[in-house]
Amino acid sequence: MSKTLFDKVWDSHVVHKIKDGPDVLFIDRHMVHEVTSPVAFLGLKQRGIKVLFPEKTFATADHNTPTVNQHLPVKDPLSANQLLALEKNSELHGISYWGLGHEKNGIVHVVGPEYGITQPGATIVCGDSHTSTHGAFGAIAFGIGTSEVEMVLSTQCIMQPKPKKMRITIDGKLSKGVSPKDVALFIISKLSTSGATGYFVEYSGEIFRDMSMEGRMTVCNLSIEMGARGGMIAPDSKTFDYIKNREFTPKNKNWTKAMQYWETLESDQDAVFDKELKFDGELINPMITYGTNPGMGIGISKEIPLAKNQDGGIETYKKSLNYMNFDEGQSMIGKNIDFVFLGSCTNGRIEDFREFTKIIKGRKKASNVTAWLVPGSHQVEKAIKDEGLLEILIESGFELREPGCSACLAMNDDKIPSGKYAVSTSNRNFEGRQGPGSRTLLASPLVAAAAAVTGKITDPRTLY
Amino acid sequence: MAYEKFKILKSNCVPLPIENVDTDQIIPARFLKATERIGFGDNLFRDWRYNSDDTPKKDFVLNNKKFDGKILVGGKNFGSGSSREHAAWSIYDYGFRCVISSFFADIFRGNCLNIGVLPVQVSSGFLDKIFNVVFDDPKSEIIVSLPEQTVTIVKLNISESFDINSYKKENMLNGYDDIDYLMNIKDSIKTFSKTTPL
Repeated sequence: MSKTLFDKVWDSHVVHKIKDGPDVLFIDRHMVHEVTSPVAFLGLKQRGIKVLFPEKTFATADHNTPTVNQHLPVKDPLSANQLLALEKNSELHGISYWGLGHEKNGIVHVVGPEYGITQPGATIVCGDSHTSTHGAFGAIAFGIGTSEVEMVLSTQCIMQPKPKKMRITIDGKLSKGVSPKDVALFIISKLSTSGATGYFVEYSGEIFRDMSMEGRMTVCNLSIEMGARGGMIAPDSKTFDYIKNREFTPKNKNWTKAMQYWETLESDQDAVFDKELKFDGELINPMITYGTNPGMGIGISKEIPLAKNQDGGIETYKKSLNYMNFDEGQSMIGKNIDFVFLGSCTNGRIEDFREFTKIIKGRKKASNVTAWLVPGSHQVEKAIKDEGLLEILIESGFELREPGCSACLAMNDDKIPSGKYAVSTSNRNFEGRQGPGSRTLLASPLVAAAAAVTGKITDPRTLY
Repeated sequence: MAYEKFKILKSNCVPLPIENVDTDQIIPARFLKATERIGFGDNLFRDWRYNSDDTPKKDFVLNNKKFDGKILVGGKNFGSGSSREHAAWSIYDYGFRCVISSFFADIFRGNCLNIGVLPVQVSSGFLDKIFNVVFDDPKSEIIVSLPEQTVTIVKLNISESFDINSYKKENMLNGYDDIDYLMNIKDSIKTFSKTTPL
């Protein structure tokens, strides 16, 4: 019977099927960070059990970590305590732990691919909804709750009903100034934040084939923002070139063996999806969000949609605009902003810094803007320095911070103050997401750079 | 972690007719720093419930004494966003045992089922009826029967059925959890692990 890419990976990991219930799914790789794991480890302690396969679990600290002076003790006692708990739990259970100060430390969804933990055809979970990132390699990767973290630690399995399958196909070529982030924000604006709930998405078509691995990661990362459990892209030569010779990828004979499996990983020609959507890539423009969920995005030169044109939930829509202090019908271009945040598991990789630098080179940071540029990992940080990007940033009046989740979610010191506007390359613009009262405008690194040097929302296409 | 068994719940409810209530609203990230599951109910809807000086916001429903009960009723796409189970914990720890909405985000729904909060999905028409009845008379009761898989608006004497898979239903009726199930098939999991390609 014909199978989709998703079917192939899912079905080969089902240990046991429960009638009118979930599948017991075997997990190949488990990523752990400090926030969603302590209660799971506590559960193991209460049950008196150990981690079943410690070599399949990888721990890193990212959400709570400061992005300046990482050599000093963490100031916030609660954050310090949570970081310490992960360190102790990892040691107790024999899990590799890349804590603050470790050369491999960084955002969980940045370091996983960097070190080859992320592989095609694998099942990958983490107590973090942006685990969908790893789907870029043709893995089934999705976020889980803490009860499920405990399940994976104790039995290397979770229990989930198999989701439905959706394929999103986009052909054509992306126009100048349009990046993978714009593609994702465009899709979410079409589907809404619940349009793919209950589905696992496969991205297909020329746009995604042409995309770099980092671009694919950005797109898959944002799958959760349209409600999907995850998104994936069939592996191809780009995927194999990217993962080859990384620390945790198979070597020699094992590589050859793995390739035999990986080369089967594509949807069969006549495979059936529960839902198929198609878009024209040429119609996508640089995007920006104006509201309080990632579905509230528009082409940067468009006006904020009118409340009466919403499908429903007019009160919710007005509440959202009220929070942002925006009016329907207003143009986004020219609005003053206060902060720019480049980073996160969505856009904290080297290509994002290259894009950002492209715009700011030869220009100066606007005086009304505070910019936080945060690499996703030490590898990214090193590349920024090695490629000479740091000099360009400094020349333009920017500083580089140390790796971590930073201002994406206001768990560490990097918080956007109440009432301030931040153009952010992160993934969520929920009320208070970047700090109580903060106002987030999600955008690509190019749009963020254009805002950083002009101090207002600016179409990046006018700057190069 | 053990939770209360769920059979039949008869309660008045707390209405929150807002759509896309995300997990950052249910519990903001700065309250996720605990290493034990303690005190999450206090921070449920923290930034909607309290001003920055920690005084209660009078217009928020949890601060309105007219409304109480063990059932939270929310607008469509409830629980979108992050996978933080802390959102479900904060709802449970506050005292809710059931959330009714016309649509739930996926991970949130799963988290609820894993910790003993019953997510009940009803039609948008039925949801509107609940809101109307409850705003009209905050003491109006709702009956949620897990064995029957029905939700009933007592005052209107109308019911609607809801879906739940029989495995999860059995778990919630008995207070079972998935780890006990998985621990019992640990040997077959170990055997399976030897056959995986990666």
